[in-house]
Amino acid sequence: MNARSPLHDWHASHDAKFTPFAGWEMPLSYPSGSIAEHRSVRASAGLFDVSHMAEFEVEGGDATAVLNGIVTANLESVADWSSTYALICEEDGGVLDDLYLYRMPDRWFIVANAANRESDAAWFRSHIDPARGEVRFTDRTDKIAMFALQGPRAMEVADGLATELRGIVPTRIPRFGMAADGEIRVGRTGYTGEDGIEIFASSESALSLWELILRRGSELEIEIGPIGLAARDSLRFEPGFALYGHELQREITPLEARLAWACDLEKPFIGRDALIRQKEQGLTKRLATVRLNERGVPREGQPVVLNDERVGEVVSGLYSPTLDGFYANAYLPPALAKTGTEVDIEIRGRRKAAQVVKRPLYTPAYR
Amino acid sequence: MTFDANVRYQDSHEWARKDGDLVVVGISDYAQDSLGDVVYVELPETGTSKAKTEAFGVVESVKAASDVYMPVSGEIVEVNGELEENPATVNESPFEAGWLVKIKPSDPAEIDGLMDAAAYEEFTKGLDD
Repeated sequence: MNARSPLHDWHASHDAKFTPFAGWEMPLSYPSGSIAEHRSVRASAGLFDVSHMAEFEVEGGDATAVLNGIVTANLESVADWSSTYALICEEDGGVLDDLYLYRMPDRWFIVANAANRESDAAWFRSHIDPARGEVRFTDRTDKIAMFALQGPRAMEVADGLATELRGIVPTRIPRFGMAADGEIRVGRTGYTGEDGIEIFASSESALSLWELILRRGSELEIEIGPIGLAARDSLRFEPGFALYGHELQREITPLEARLAWACDLEKPFIGRDALIRQKEQGLTKRLATVRLNERGVPREGQPVVLNDERVGEVVSGLYSPTLDGFYANAYLPPALAKTGTEVDIEIRGRRKAAQVVKRPLYTPAYR
Repeated sequence: MTFDANVRYQDSHEWARKDGDLVVVGISDYAQDSLGDVVYVELPETGTSKAKTEAFGVVESVKAASDVYMPVSGEIVEVNGELEENPATVNESPFEAGWLVKIKPSDPAEIDGLMDAAAYEEFTKGLDD
């Protein structure tokens, strides 16, 4: 049976449609529908239950140096109470997962994809040198509920939560910063391209905190509601954030995924040599965002065609509510992965004209 | 959930309603609710003839593409062009404005073999368990 969030009963009683996702049963959408949910996050605020996400901690000894040898970003340049995005790669540069790492004075708090929880944990454990025995890795996923409060008015709602967040004042946390008090952790981070926070709390306190956030929004007369995974996907697609299993895969490198900015090739990490080699030799494929010139929904696995030749394949595709158009992400030969290139996407055997467009489709509000 | 009593239903969730010599076809309220937000509807050319249970189009929701099947055999004589611009009409008005195609049935009695609203409602209850 699939795992359930501590808020499962709340979602069910609010008529959520559920979907199996990475061994969890999570809300896909609520009765207002995923497009209305998407628009609500872009226009006002939304609350996401993302308790399926994996949470790890690495602490003790020279934890920073050890982790820094595993992940792509340079952790030495991340200050306490700040954070960074990073990847973990195989020796050949293939991406094993993408992570979000928060630096606390005594530990690293890591958020990873639910689908990769077991393999990530095994990877970290196998690469934490036993000779540095004082460095400890802990999988905290089962104890932690994770919410995201996102949208242009999210911080107004968050501002009213200081008492319940044990004195943490979310508006005082800078972008990409974090604060913590015991079990409660708050990051000024997210996966939507909007301002907002991500909250980590104990499973036991999850329901009261969730309800409080929604109530506080209503009291302030701010439009806020629960947001399902379908809208989470379209909200992450527009600002160009990668989703593991789609833009990121074992066979794809960070350079191909346009994530060179998350890799510090000046410091050693697993996969660095392969990435340096790839950079020198040049890429054979590169991520591109393609807009359909007509209507139709590109779906994962559909061919991208140029002059009757298959030049790539869709990894994510959808209707973009903000741009009111149909878009796909696909890996194409680098010469084609350039704004303006005209290609076709083959949808159920029918070719639809499309062209490569500038990324991101939606510039994050905080940038 | 609405189970319109003025139409007949097929187990693949299309409804069919007699309209003079023609049969109007759409998807049920149950179907649109299960699919979620509809973002694109692919409809056939008018003039094509298809047999009962043959796919005649595709309803694309945010989450998936679903084939829609002929509830009766016949010729497609009209498609709902309104859905090109406003596919969400299928969600908002599945039995009225959100109709998909009009069929000139090859056997006008074939529609009587479809489920009535009560039978279809029973059928969907079995699916939810």
